[in-house]
Amino acid sequence: MATISIETITVPDLSPLWLSIQLATVTTIALLLLGTPLSWWLAHTRSRLKAPIEAITALPLVLPPTVIGFYFLVFLSPQSLLGSAWISITGETLTFSFTGLVVASIVYSMPFMVQPLQSAFELIGRAPLEAAATLRASPFDAFRSVAAPMALRAYISAIVLTFAHTIGEFGVVLMVGGNIPGSTKVISIAIYEHVETINYADAHVLSAILIAFSFLVLLFVYAANKRFPLSVG
Amino acid sequence: MKTKDSTMTERGFISIDGLSKHFGAVRAVDNVDLEIAQGEFFGLLGPSGCGKTTLLRMLGGFEVATAGEIHIDDEPMAAVPPNHRPVNMVFQNYAIFPHLNVFQNIAFGLRREKLGKPELEKRVDEALAMIRLEGYGARAAHELSGGQRQRVALARALIKKPKVLLLDEPLGALDKKLREQMQLELRELQKSLGITFVFVTHDQEEALTMSDRIAVMSDGHVLEQGSPAELYSHPNTRFVAEFLGAMNLFEAVVKGREADDYVVDAERLGQVRIAAPDGKFAPGERVSVGLRPENIKISLKDDSKSAASLAGTVSTAAYLGDRTHLYVRTAASEEPIIVGVQNLDGASGPGTEASSDVFLSWSPGTVLLLKH
Repeated sequence: MATISIETITVPDLSPLWLSIQLATVTTIALLLLGTPLSWWLAHTRSRLKAPIEAITALPLVLPPTVIGFYFLVFLSPQSLLGSAWISITGETLTFSFTGLVVASIVYSMPFMVQPLQSAFELIGRAPLEAAATLRASPFDAFRSVAAPMALRAYISAIVLTFAHTIGEFGVVLMVGGNIPGSTKVISIAIYEHVETINYADAHVLSAILIAFSFLVLLFVYAANKRFPLSVG
Repeated sequence: MKTKDSTMTERGFISIDGLSKHFGAVRAVDNVDLEIAQGEFFGLLGPSGCGKTTLLRMLGGFEVATAGEIHIDDEPMAAVPPNHRPVNMVFQNYAIFPHLNVFQNIAFGLRREKLGKPELEKRVDEALAMIRLEGYGARAAHELSGGQRQRVALARALIKKPKVLLLDEPLGALDKKLREQMQLELRELQKSLGITFVFVTHDQEEALTMSDRIAVMSDGHVLEQGSPAELYSHPNTRFVAEFLGAMNLFEAVVKGREADDYVVDAERLGQVRIAAPDGKFAPGERVSVGLRPENIKISLKDDSKSAASLAGTVSTAAYLGDRTHLYVRTAASEEPIIVGVQNLDGASGPGTEASSDVFLSWSPGTVLLLKH
């Protein structure tokens, strides 16, 4: 077992950390734009499609990342319809690329965005929106000036959890992206590689960064929950 | 539709024509016609599930009618979304925006009119004065009492100067004393502003106190409409008679007609003559005969000149403060007859204690003939 003393700690290559942050940022923004209308629809619809779609968005919570990663490999590969179309448009493959990681992360982190927002929108109910409508607010205006501020706490939780969950993802990323430095080698994969090559010192540093980061994120979420009590009532 | 007010044949300020709303097999509102005049305080009264709230929500544009039409000020409303209708609505639980303070809540609608800041502040201050909450602008929504929230919801809606204000059980969440005070305030406010109010309630006393006219609903239909006094003293249907205040009901069968009266055979009362326009009832029709408790006189000896009297024994005396309800058992039936006695100087007079033997009498003009 390798022992570690202060002198042996050197700063490892931090580019996987920056790549993870880029991936998480892009994924979170994309999910904000996709997840808001989806969770809004789920909260208000009486459609029979509601339950199946809820189940599909929750699938990443229960499936092993290998299953999701495997199907992404199949459906995004250059031989697939989507993958080949992407190559003909952009000249790049979706698998083993940063774009492919973003697509996979959006699906993988979807429940972390959709579920808090959906419960918040359900809790807010129709009354405040109808009150806004009767005061001449258009549906978008009512969303912007009433629903979104009332769901502020849920938005903070959803954004932070989506971001953190994307930073921490490993299995899907490994299968879809592989381990290409600067393109798909995110922090969790870098740690895996350091451990594989018995470079425990670098693994320790990167792991410690992730632990500190995750702790701070959760601390922020819980503190924010106190600071912004759910505005319903 | 049984319209009491036969003069109202032209289209009202709010005109509801053959309006229906079905949820699957449930006919929440079924073929309703109503004409509501400008400046009227109109009550929609009925038990829960009668369709009154659905009807109100259709006026607000929150439910799409299955059939029929709504016109407000001669404008058809079918294609008009809620945020473009000339109405404002006060919701049952007020729907005060919790993330905004009192000032911001009241200003919400005005901000959509692109007013200048001084004009906006002036109008909100006026609204705060109207609801007697001056100086409360900076309060958070959760710091307000129930009555204050109610007032803020009202000011928020009225500041838009709507043609029509819709109120869904506006006082339902308040305690009795505050509710009675707010009933008067609402009524005075409505009269001073001249805005047409349509309000929904299941509380018959509230409907009687506040409305110029009332429509009583049951199972999606408007059974009767009229002024509170008309509906209370001359209901046409058993449902309305029972729903508005206490009523003694006797099953009866129409025998025929003599002069201007129907002759009916009523349980416990025997043959009774009741004045009513011809054509309302058919011979053999099952009907109810109704007597309000306050229209029955009670005495210790049988001094009534008419045949309209009954002997009985007081079984229970229910003291109600200003009056006492006596439950009088008669020989003919298990069901007691309720008699209302005014309590003057705190006492209700002779014959009002339990187990007194009494005679009940009434004047024939107070007997009601009611459709089932």
